Amino acid sequence: MSSTLQNLVNQPYRHGFVTDVESDVAPKGLSEDTIRMISAKKNEPQWLLDFRLQAYRHWLTMDEPRWPNVKYPKIDFQEITYYSAPKPKKLDSIDQVDPELLRTFEKLGVPMNERAHLAGVAVDVVFDSVSVATTYKEKLAEVGILFCSISEAVQKHPDIVRKYLGTVVPSSDNYYAALNSAVFTDGSFCFIPKGVKCPMDLSTYFRINTQDSGQFERTLIIAEEGASVSYLEGCTAPKFDTNQLHAAVVELIALERADIKYSTVQNWYAGDENGVGGIYNFVTKRGLCRGADSRISWTQVETGSAITWKYPSCVLQGDNSVGEFYSVALTNNHQQADTGTKMVHIGRNTRSTIISKGISAGRSNNSYRGLVKIGPKADGARNYSQCDSMLIGDQCGANTFPYIQVHSPGATVEHEASTSKIGEDQLFYFAQRGIGTEEAVSMIINGFCKTVFQQLPMEFAVEATKLLGLKLEGSVG
Amino acid sequence: MIRPDSKMLLEVRGLRATVNGVEILKGIDLSVRLGEVHAIMGPNGSGKSTFAKVLAGHPAYIVTAGEVRYEGRNLLELAPEERARAGVFLAFQYPVEIPGVANNQFLRLAYNSVQAERGCDELDPLEFDDFVRERMKLLEMNPEFLDRSVNEGFSGGEKKRNEVLQMALLEPRLAVLDETDSGLDIDALRVVAEGVNRLSSPDNAMVLVTHYQRLLNYVVPDYVHVMDGGRIVKTGGKDLALILETRGYDWIGEESPASASA
Repeated sequence: MSSTLQNLVNQPYRHGFVTDVESDVAPKGLSEDTIRMISAKKNEPQWLLDFRLQAYRHWLTMDEPRWPNVKYPKIDFQEITYYSAPKPKKLDSIDQVDPELLRTFEKLGVPMNERAHLAGVAVDVVFDSVSVATTYKEKLAEVGILFCSISEAVQKHPDIVRKYLGTVVPSSDNYYAALNSAVFTDGSFCFIPKGVKCPMDLSTYFRINTQDSGQFERTLIIAEEGASVSYLEGCTAPKFDTNQLHAAVVELIALERADIKYSTVQNWYAGDENGVGGIYNFVTKRGLCRGADSRISWTQVETGSAITWKYPSCVLQGDNSVGEFYSVALTNNHQQADTGTKMVHIGRNTRSTIISKGISAGRSNNSYRGLVKIGPKADGARNYSQCDSMLIGDQCGANTFPYIQVHSPGATVEHEASTSKIGEDQLFYFAQRGIGTEEAVSMIINGFCKTVFQQLPMEFAVEATKLLGLKLEGSVG
Repeated sequence: MIRPDSKMLLEVRGLRATVNGVEILKGIDLSVRLGEVHAIMGPNGSGKSTFAKVLAGHPAYIVTAGEVRYEGRNLLELAPEERARAGVFLAFQYPVEIPGVANNQFLRLAYNSVQAERGCDELDPLEFDDFVRERMKLLEMNPEFLDRSVNEGFSGGEKKRNEVLQMALLEPRLAVLDETDSGLDIDALRVVAEGVNRLSSPDNAMVLVTHYQRLLNYVVPDYVHVMDGGRIVKTGGKDLALILETRGYDWIGEESPASASA
């Protein structure tokens, strides 16, 4: 029966094509010169170059983290391309985007142009290292929302970028965050001014196209007092038999009563069925609930990447602030995922919720790692964590590593965990009622993930459901 | 009801099957015509439940010899879901729990897959809701079961009622009930038996696998078969069940040379 299950999981990767666009590619390798080159190409102010160089010098003193429950050969950082941009790179409107590129995004189902209009989603698209188009910029500007690539923000809104960049994830935070701070090339920037409710979902699609290129995008989202925004992120990459590094940093800042919802559907190339190729996804995502009564909510559906190392976190500094983490992580074949969250309660009556659903198939390994930390002043803080694992077949693994540190006597922390397995008897039960295996697995998985999918915006929930179905197709049958 | 002129529904000839390399069924012969109710009794480990699962196509059981014809077709060639859509229904002895999958969703999908096969209209969630609530009343089931996950946290009796509910929805041609009476209190047994009786018609047939005679007080069989050592060693009318109730199974082996030589 595990052969049935295996077939259902083994679905070819649909986004594995390479787009033939002319690119401006920097030579491989990393040094202060590379960083100066990137900074110069982007015409950056001196403070940003200093920020980068400081991060780089710190990075040189650091060691790669070895504590995650993942295995991979040592990365040669001199073999990576740190800058790759499709030409021409000066774009004033979407009409100037290489048609080949537009076709790529069409294939990926990215809503741009009219499709964006219909979908009512504003999209920023990052291709290799640079942002190629941002839709709906004018419409958003009418209500004072700034939504553009971070490179553009550095040029047009340098004060805001300077005020917030690195305040949530300091450049010395961890090995990959330091690397990102040194070499980040582009990413999205979003600023919602005081009292503004963003009228549409904002969205970014990331695409790694060039072989041996790394993608180091940097996203900065700021919601001022009483502002709110829902932000979606999607990712894909072509199939290469070498591993590509993706080391992003995402910083969210919520001021008083602000509300930020950040959703990700990650479908980077996962490598083939023998574990060759695929993306190393080493990402630092963190939100700071700086003001009282603010709320940050992370929802992620992680289905791709050879290795995922990612802990979207919330620092709950403002009193009564709320942090949420909803996650579905699916691993198949030889994929490895070590993912989870950190909820750091600093303010009083802060609340956090963690719902994590791990699905392992094939020979994959799926770990949940989470930290709940309640500081001494966080009276009345509450956390609820639920970590469920589902195994498909008998060659995969699931682990849960919860860390709980409570320094306040008035706090409540709850943790629940479960492990289940899609077994022959369940599938036979469905079959005996006329329901085929694929439909059965999809129903079981969707039931398992329901509480997380409910958190996703509608179109994303549909996409996520389909994606899980595709990923598992052929693993049972 | 026995009517010699009614159509043959199921014909089993010399059926042998193994699980994990051990032979459990050692040559089963059984004929079931439309309109008939058969009871298969026998001691624990005689192969009754295995026979039920083999008919439904459980992948853990491997048929090594013999044939099974269902409405003239080779049943063994069909995948389990194809058998189900063709009207073969198994009420499970131990229905599995499926966390996260709502019972109403599951029931509707099952219903529609069988309906589609029969060329009948599928029901949308609202239509199905009316339909299923009607059927649940007959089984004295609380409608709140619809919103719960399939069998999750159900008591033994609730699970069995849910099985009979599914049978009532899918309206099978051949219903095999595997120890549906076990673990039921007397009220639940009555409700389940009434459900079975209501479904029994000249257009279908029932095979009741049971260890005890008590279900047969409510559902009167046309034939009673005694299974032992992986084959049917004795066949009789409904009175045979009463004899088994008082005398047990031991005397059959002494009377039946077929069993003794097996």
